Amino acid sequence: MTNYSVEAVELNKSFGRRLIFNDLQFKFDKAGVYGISGPNGSGKSTLVKIIAGIIGASKGKIIHKINDKELLEEQLHNHIGFVSPYLVLYEEFSTYENLKLFAEIRGVKFNQERVDYLLNKFLLFKRKDDLLKTYSSGMKQRVKFIFALMHSPQVLILDEPTSNLDDDGKSSVYELVKEEGQNNIVLIASNEKNDLENCSDIVYLEKYKN
Amino acid sequence: MIWKIFLFLLLAFVSVAGIAFPIVENPIKWYEFPLIPGLEENAKIIFFHVPTAWLTVIAFLMSTIFSFKYLRKKNLDDDIKSYAAAQLGMIFCILATVTGAVWAKFAWGSFWSWDPRQTSIFALLLIYGAWFALRSSIESEERRATLSSVYSMIAFVTVPFFIFIMPRIMKGLHPGSADDTNTGPVVDFKMNGNMLLIFFLSLIGFTILFFWMWQVGYKSLLLREKLNKQLIRG
Amino acid sequence: MNSKSYSLFLKDFKSELRTRYAINALAMFIIVAISVILFSVGQEKISKNLTGGLFWVVIFFTAMSGLSRAFVSEEERGTALTLQLIAAPSTVFSGKLIFNIILVFAMNTVIAILYSAMFEAFIIKNFVLFLASFVLGNIGLAISSTIIAAIIAKAGAKGTLYPVLSFPILLPLILTSVQLTLFAIDGTSFERAKFELAIVVSYDIIMLTASYMLFDFIWKE
Repeated sequence: MTNYSVEAVELNKSFGRRLIFNDLQFKFDKAGVYGISGPNGSGKSTLVKIIAGIIGASKGKIIHKINDKELLEEQLHNHIGFVSPYLVLYEEFSTYENLKLFAEIRGVKFNQERVDYLLNKFLLFKRKDDLLKTYSSGMKQRVKFIFALMHSPQVLILDEPTSNLDDDGKSSVYELVKEEGQNNIVLIASNEKNDLENCSDIVYLEKYKN
Repeated sequence: MIWKIFLFLLLAFVSVAGIAFPIVENPIKWYEFPLIPGLEENAKIIFFHVPTAWLTVIAFLMSTIFSFKYLRKKNLDDDIKSYAAAQLGMIFCILATVTGAVWAKFAWGSFWSWDPRQTSIFALLLIYGAWFALRSSIESEERRATLSSVYSMIAFVTVPFFIFIMPRIMKGLHPGSADDTNTGPVVDFKMNGNMLLIFFLSLIGFTILFFWMWQVGYKSLLLREKLNKQLIRG
Repeated sequence: MNSKSYSLFLKDFKSELRTRYAINALAMFIIVAISVILFSVGQEKISKNLTGGLFWVVIFFTAMSGLSRAFVSEEERGTALTLQLIAAPSTVFSGKLIFNIILVFAMNTVIAILYSAMFEAFIIKNFVLFLASFVLGNIGLAISSTIIAAIIAKAGAKGTLYPVLSFPILLPLILTSVQLTLFAIDGTSFERAKFELAIVVSYDIIMLTASYMLFDFIWKE
């Protein structure tokens, strides 16, 4: 079970004069897997970026609470893990170096054990000292997952997590999602039926277009 | 409508008075201006040069104020108002620089001499130019508004350095700067009552003209946006 | 916050050591810039006042050549998002600022050394004054260049836009610093130059404050 909650209150986002969604409401306060669905260009990525605190909302807000205490924007970094196809890590460094510097910039102690566990789980331990430049895209995707999980976040946000993955890759992701969903909040933004099958609750963005 | 006619009459009077009223040693008649040593006939440019410089500063202030408003509320209308003000500001800045250079040629002998005020107005021209260059390089409306608003604020912060500090520490030919024994017709009240009156009337007239042009400017921009939207929808 | 910014700076520093991108390009730029002046001037003797002005010309254009990389490289590679996920805006700005300050000091020290070697008229009589103006001016240069770099990183036409946007903002600093350099060359006393030094100090403080307040708007959309 989780002590974290994410709530959207009258959330509205427009880019310039183009409305993306209006009056969006939801609340996730129990551990589980939740979905955000909509066709391409409907604002899924925009919404997850707003939840992660990367983009601002035009109106309304997202409230993050831990133990019922509201979190400030600056405090979100260590509670959220984010994976997406457009996330890019530092290719001139090795996986290990990347992860180390992320911990340092986050200001948290580098959890050696956890990182090694994740490296093994994602089958990257042997190549942890190789530069990211030398990785295939599938391997880079796995590093992104490690990046998202190394600090044990309470919220895991996955934007199009199975794009460019083969069937094996997809099932690993689903397995991971199930596991994380036991104790944390997992948000999946996708338009793929299979991705959303495991979700206990789904936000349909088309409903908020007026 | 009435005030537009009033404005027209005011500016017409100021233009005629500014150019046609003769300058004599001892003004007796109501339409005569006193002779100011060092300026003589050229003094008349004061009715046009100073208002344009005054207006470009007002425009800059307004543009910055609306930029600030935009950053707070993210309402694109504020950005449009800022843009309309900046357009006018740019025009008046060019006018001020040019009329200033003309006056400089007659009063000091050369069009440009890097006097602090000349440097300042030129710097303002560079700021405006940079601002428009920045805007034209960004496609997205929101980002364009945000980035140019931030730049306005940064530019605004450097302006006090130009206006207050530069003239004090640098020698200048401009009336009113550190080195000038002739502190200038406005400060020294060498202008007699008539001249001062025409001068302030000119200032007021041009200011009203500015606000009117600014209103027309931003309203037409807003209208154009509305029409574009309808075209896309329909 | 400080150690996080420092870590961010270290990342840039290590990355730079690995790729050696900026250092190579900048070193060549400095050599080319000074050579251009030397060749264009030819046999003519440059007055000491002129060397003072030219000194800051080289500094300005070298800065324009190298200081935007801090932000432009993140945007172009797409790693800006990564930074947003792990650090607060002020941390990012601090880290990039530290990097640019170090870069400015390194560049300008090289320029100063080469300059005094190449131009005989460039002899500093009041070294303490020169040092004070050098340190304060470099900090101001780094601050303004960094915030403008953050702006153009998110716009198009980055290369040409950078000097266009930076110059008006840097103008008060450059004018005052040229004045101070001339004072130092002439051997003017520290006392006499106090006003100009005060201007540079207030410029540094004001630009630093404004930059921190405005960076949030640039960085987060």
